[in-house]
Amino acid sequence: MSAKEQKHIRVIDTTLRDGSHSVSHQFSADDIRRITGALDRARVDTVEVTHGDGLGGSSIQYGPSRLSDREMLQAAHPEMSHSKLAVLLLPGIGVQEDLEMAYEEGARVARIATHVTEADISEQHMKLARQIGLEVIGFLMLSHMEGADKIVEQARLMESYGANVVYVVDSAGAMVPDEVRQKVGALRGALGCHVGFHAHNNLGLAIGNSLAAIESGATVVDGSLAGLGAGAGNAATEVLVAALEKSGYETGVDLYGVMDAAEEIVRPMLKRPQMIDKGALSLGYAGVYSSFLLHTFRVVEKLGLDPRDILIELGRRRVVGGQEDMIMEVAMELKRRRDQRPEPEETAP
Amino acid sequence: MADADGKTRAAILGTGNIGTDLLMKILRRSAALEVALFAGIDPGSAGIARAHERGVPTSSGGIDAVLADGSIEIVFDATSAAAHRKHAPLLRDAGKVAIDLTPAAVGPFVVPAIRCDVGAERNLNLVSCGGQGTIPMVYAVSRIQPVAYAETVTTIASRSAGPGTRQNIDEFTSTTAGGLVRVGGAGRGKSIIILNPAEPPILKQNTIYTTVDGEPDRDAITRSVHEMIATVQQYVPGYRLKFDPVFDGNQVTIMVEIEGAGDFLPTYAGNLDIMTSAALAAGEAVAAQIRKAST
Repeated sequence: MSAKEQKHIRVIDTTLRDGSHSVSHQFSADDIRRITGALDRARVDTVEVTHGDGLGGSSIQYGPSRLSDREMLQAAHPEMSHSKLAVLLLPGIGVQEDLEMAYEEGARVARIATHVTEADISEQHMKLARQIGLEVIGFLMLSHMEGADKIVEQARLMESYGANVVYVVDSAGAMVPDEVRQKVGALRGALGCHVGFHAHNNLGLAIGNSLAAIESGATVVDGSLAGLGAGAGNAATEVLVAALEKSGYETGVDLYGVMDAAEEIVRPMLKRPQMIDKGALSLGYAGVYSSFLLHTFRVVEKLGLDPRDILIELGRRRVVGGQEDMIMEVAMELKRRRDQRPEPEETAP
Repeated sequence: MADADGKTRAAILGTGNIGTDLLMKILRRSAALEVALFAGIDPGSAGIARAHERGVPTSSGGIDAVLADGSIEIVFDATSAAAHRKHAPLLRDAGKVAIDLTPAAVGPFVVPAIRCDVGAERNLNLVSCGGQGTIPMVYAVSRIQPVAYAETVTTIASRSAGPGTRQNIDEFTSTTAGGLVRVGGAGRGKSIIILNPAEPPILKQNTIYTTVDGEPDRDAITRSVHEMIATVQQYVPGYRLKFDPVFDGNQVTIMVEIEGAGDFLPTYAGNLDIMTSAALAAGEAVAAQIRKAST
């Protein structure tokens, strides 16, 4: 495929979905209206709006949302005249009725996400989404955990259920550019549909990995304003648009528009800076689902442990996305070990 | 009708993994039940061969073979939700008690640790593996203090999730959530399921979050949880509390893991073992009720 054919890159902004992790899912209706309006005016192709863990994600396990799924979509949709409204759903958390509700509220794109080895649990939801008139996008989460062959096998399943795009999703921000090229390239060679890439910045590689994915045949990439998102965040939409333009790709996005939105609207909403702190870096290093970060901080605060110890142990246990309850289990175990460790002078009989 | 040795005659419908594990459980562990028939629709199934080897009467005549034997009083249905919806009225008309391991939910939900009545419907539904693992813990809290909301997370090894679960994952979440309310006693319920492909396969894990009205009575809840664990262990020996309940404001977090008995299915498939174990416990309770009614 020549560079010319793939010159247009579709940018999907996930400030109001993955980015909601950065504010613990507390965006207000006004926040949603302002961000969606700015993204629409900047002509971003697709805007995703949902709890950070998708439809039905508001829970004790993943953190309660300030607004219901329906209220979030109702705030966003009237602000859009150009952009398409997208929702995320993880089978096992969200259900088919949630997709019907989302369509009613104006969503036209359904992103259905599974762990990289479990694509077959998305069949029900993808087929329903397609049937009711939603564009279907498949999300293979934690793609760093499996080799290219496995990813290809699973992506083919999603394509067969009706996906128009299948994503390599670096949920842990653990992938490096060579790996991105290899995995995205393998999908590009094996699939008839589009290939997408979703980055996390835990190793500081969100923009670099997104460019590597595009070089290898991806035509859809995710960003979020000011780089909001779980862990160290996603690829910053404004930086991504600038870097893509400089690399000779066309996104249709107004660069100043997204720069202004990031600087003037989104950054003032943050209670903690979006950066690669030692916790976020540990996620990327250990290969742990980025959403675990703030939940880990909360547990550590109560029990007085080093968040890195928990994250590294979770990585060792090959915990997958959604298993936030394992943070508590690992923390309790580390605490038990710490409490049982006798003082050195007490050990000698 | 009971056998000469006093055992109640039961049939297992469905000769797949679940049916076979239940067969092995009854043969090994039950003094009250006799498998009078192991019936499926595939004469070449591995389950049929296994039953045959052990001298259990088998048939590939499916539901018709079960209906033809008037001495069978209890029928375990380990087929599929769609098939059970067809079987249920036939079994009822034939005067047999159905114990339903599918997600069909024709009859009322039953969790043996809480209650197990034949009832007017004579059809007992075992909710789901997530329901069997989590509802007893919700009930352990709600019997002490009103539970406004219960939320449960079921994590199972990918290898133990068959095509039935995978293609109907919404059925699992909505059925389990319904059970938290109807049997567990929660005001509202939510259920989440996660598949983990790690090798070696992980044991089935359940996390149960409840929010109670007012300040939780920590001692009473902790005691109640330990008692309920012991009750479930009577029929699921591998059901274990990972640590004492954790209290945070009005929220109570309970974590359990379930190791299967390994009767036929591997031990990591605690999600399937708890279903066949609950089926056996329900079958024995029903047999006792039938015997009591007939004396």
